[in-house]
Amino acid sequence: MIDRLTESRGLDSFDIRYVALILAILGIGVLSIYSVTHGQQGGTAPYYLKQLIWIGLGSAAFLVMWVSDYHRLARFAYPAYVFILLMLVFVLFEGRTSKGAQRWIALGPFSFQPSEFAKLILVLVLAHYYSKTPRVGWLQRVIVPGLLVLPGLLLILKQPDLGSGLSFVAVYAAMLLMVGVRSQALGFILLFSIMLFPFAWEGVWGSLHDYQRQRIMAFVDPDYDPGGKGYHALQSKIAIGSGELLGKGLYGGTQSQLKFLPEGHTDFVFAVFAEEWGFLGVLVLLTLFVALIWLSLEIASKAKDQLGALLAVGIVAMLCFCVVINIGMTAGMFPIVGIPLPLVSYGGSATIMTMASLGLLLNVKRKRLSLFY
Amino acid sequence: MMTTHSSESEFGDLHRRLFILRVGLLLVVVLLGLRLWHLQIREGPYYRDLSENNRTRLVLLEPARGLIYDRHGVLLANNVPSFSLYVTLEDVKDREVLIQQLTDLLGLDPTLVRKKMTVKGSKLLPRKIKDRMTLRDATLVESHRLDMPGVMIQVESQRNYPGGVTAAHLLGYVGEISADQLEKPEFIDLHQGSIVGQYGVEKSYDRHMRGMAGQKSVEVDALGHEKKASVVERPQAGNDLYLTIDARLQKVAEDLLGQEHGAIVALDPNSGDILAMASRPGFDPNVLSRELTAKQWVEIVQDEGRPLNNRASQGQYPPGSTFKIPMAVAALETKTMSPASTVFCNGGYQFGKRLYHDWKVSGHGYVDLHNALVHSCDVYFYTIGQRMGIDVMAEFGKDFGLGKATGVELPSERSGIMPSTAWKQKAKNEQWLPGETISAAIGQGYVTVTPLQMASLVGTVANDGVSYRPRLVQAVMDRTSGNLQELPAVPRGKINAKPETFRVIKDALADVVTKGTATKAKSSMVTIGGKTGTAQVAALRTGPEENIPKKFRDHAWFVAFAPVESPKIAVAVLAEHMGHGGAAAAPLAKEVIETYMKLTPQIPAAISGFSRGNGPGRTSKDS
Repeated sequence: MIDRLTESRGLDSFDIRYVALILAILGIGVLSIYSVTHGQQGGTAPYYLKQLIWIGLGSAAFLVMWVSDYHRLARFAYPAYVFILLMLVFVLFEGRTSKGAQRWIALGPFSFQPSEFAKLILVLVLAHYYSKTPRVGWLQRVIVPGLLVLPGLLLILKQPDLGSGLSFVAVYAAMLLMVGVRSQALGFILLFSIMLFPFAWEGVWGSLHDYQRQRIMAFVDPDYDPGGKGYHALQSKIAIGSGELLGKGLYGGTQSQLKFLPEGHTDFVFAVFAEEWGFLGVLVLLTLFVALIWLSLEIASKAKDQLGALLAVGIVAMLCFCVVINIGMTAGMFPIVGIPLPLVSYGGSATIMTMASLGLLLNVKRKRLSLFY
Repeated sequence: MMTTHSSESEFGDLHRRLFILRVGLLLVVVLLGLRLWHLQIREGPYYRDLSENNRTRLVLLEPARGLIYDRHGVLLANNVPSFSLYVTLEDVKDREVLIQQLTDLLGLDPTLVRKKMTVKGSKLLPRKIKDRMTLRDATLVESHRLDMPGVMIQVESQRNYPGGVTAAHLLGYVGEISADQLEKPEFIDLHQGSIVGQYGVEKSYDRHMRGMAGQKSVEVDALGHEKKASVVERPQAGNDLYLTIDARLQKVAEDLLGQEHGAIVALDPNSGDILAMASRPGFDPNVLSRELTAKQWVEIVQDEGRPLNNRASQGQYPPGSTFKIPMAVAALETKTMSPASTVFCNGGYQFGKRLYHDWKVSGHGYVDLHNALVHSCDVYFYTIGQRMGIDVMAEFGKDFGLGKATGVELPSERSGIMPSTAWKQKAKNEQWLPGETISAAIGQGYVTVTPLQMASLVGTVANDGVSYRPRLVQAVMDRTSGNLQELPAVPRGKINAKPETFRVIKDALADVVTKGTATKAKSSMVTIGGKTGTAQVAALRTGPEENIPKKFRDHAWFVAFAPVESPKIAVAVLAEHMGHGGAAAAPLAKEVIETYMKLTPQIPAAISGFSRGNGPGRTSKDS
């Protein structure tokens, strides 16, 4: 009796608006990937078909997460973190190299990117930590979680994967802001980080790879050298800008179709979409993302316990960070750091991970509605 | 449950912080939206232009250069397709592997190929690695193209001179426009890489022959691969030139000079048409119209024989005794001498402290004008020179076109020098010395002329004083309208002298050949009139000619016209360091004249050659 009630309440959590938003964004992604890659001859299956397979797998992950119990998952947070750290170490030695970075582990015909999954696991770890530990001092609020983040962060930066590394930091920062620090401490941290910035910059700059430095330099003045370092940033701006109000239409994006725009199906998929659908299309996509994030924040604020709320906040922070940074970099507001646009960019690991995260979010909502657990 | 309270309070705090997060998020999204609005709406048109520029390129379509024919329609210069190998570095996977492949396939020099690939420039633009490939090499590369991404064979138009060295100085050669030329107003329509005439008629008639470039709009992808192309403007072919020269006579003249240095000019005194203009040593314009290496260029420029120098129009030599022709005209016209009055020649002429020698040590005895010309008596001309003075001589010399360029359509023509007191004051800021008049009277001293000027001079005498500007181009064929525009002969006025004067002088010149200094020019075929000359190179001379090193030997001159009764051809021969004109130059002039007479028994009207057809099917292995 009670069980049946639980079930029916649980099913109520399957928010049709939420799922519709996710599907709409995924659809835009597949369409753009199809548009930019349909003319390409390749030995393997076309990108849009592969993306549909990733979405299928992602849907499975979404459903599994939805029906699972985040409390039980949180209990496996530390072992999972250790496992993913081992994977990251393995990647450094045995991983597949592509475009100057060693990020992938080959699994038969596919390769997967442990750093993507590490993000979700980090959210789990931090949420678990904060919900279980009495937070009474600096050590427990900031330092210990920081030490938890550090090994993963360093391993990811070593690949090098600046984008994922920054997401790691973003998740940590979001958690800190939500629960970790008091208001006065917040100001102190800000002041402290500003003072430390020059030294940190020195260290960070020195450890960056050449292409990363060039990308950052290119951000400063892309028009200075259209054929060289600033090429990606400038071509991306041209693609977006030339879309104007209504866009050039499906397959009409000359920047992407003629390959002036690099990585049109992955990191720069937003520029492809903006070129073909114009400002109106962009507004639609932004609205979809904002709505999705709004619903997610709703779930966070209504979570029945702290673990759930923290999980939701972490996931939302991760999602927000990727959306803002990706769109910002394609629009020339930030340096190009190699962060995919969630649910839109082509990529197996990222798509599955993002959908699993959203499934977990829905799980938080489901548990709120269930009476007993 | 101990922590419940604190947990609850933190929970309330969480809601507050979540609210701040929402506000922050909205702010960021609004910022993103503003940025995109700025890019797409405010600057949208700007970026649309940029994207159009990105994908469409205007490609110039090079026009076909006009062809050059001789007076009878024999092809002298045309365009042939040529295969060039281009490499686009952006598409090359491994440079060293490609260099190895090209070396294996075509036997290219790997260091040279590497050098061409490393030259600074855009990686997106194809760069030329090799031009003038054989068809075999081109097909070889084409069949291996899939193994060599980035390699491309391009068919280009290459200037071709079927006659090789024949008429090289006249025709000139073509080459890529230089940076200096690009800044000149006459090349305003041209662009980097345009081919323009750099020498000869190719240069002076470049404007007619170069045509107009067309344009093609090409849509390219990021790798520069053509996707679509549409012609915006068709290129306009350049106009064809019909020269006045007879390719056969030209070849004969050049062969007569052979390995010797010198020049032969033959022209029609009735129109100024240059029938042949040979200059040796020569060069192959086919080689010069290609891309030369710096080393090749230095070799040509530093060649002691100065093969690029057109001796016919750019070589300035003392005229020697050929100068006695205008001197004779001057003497009669100024009544310094009558045809019958004589001068006694004892082999020398005393002026002040100096004795001016006659070439004949024993002297010529009493000589009148006729004999003075026939036997080239120096003393006679010393005497009349002294009587007339340099300024009178200069006046007549200038009437015959000395001291100024003839105006032939060739670049860098030289004017020679016809000295006068005013000239010396201006050029050297010195006073004219009386002794210098005596040297000038036999064409030594300051007097210098070009072979072309001398051919024109003797032609003017042959034509009883009526002269035409020497010319090389008789017609231009407009390729767009198909009209043949014949260029009229350019009269240069008539020398103000009595017909009797010319009759007397022509009689004497005829006897120069029959019984004077130029009997070696005597022809059984045609009557020839002429005058020998010997231009002194070194002032001090001891011993017989054979003992002097060649570079100090005299230049041999011979100027002639034929037939004496109704002149059809005037010839000037200059053979450098060949000694006496009668021995070295006169036979060459005779050969040229006889050849011309054989080639055209009935002298055609200037343009009649065209009726014999001038199709490009006629190739020009001149014979």
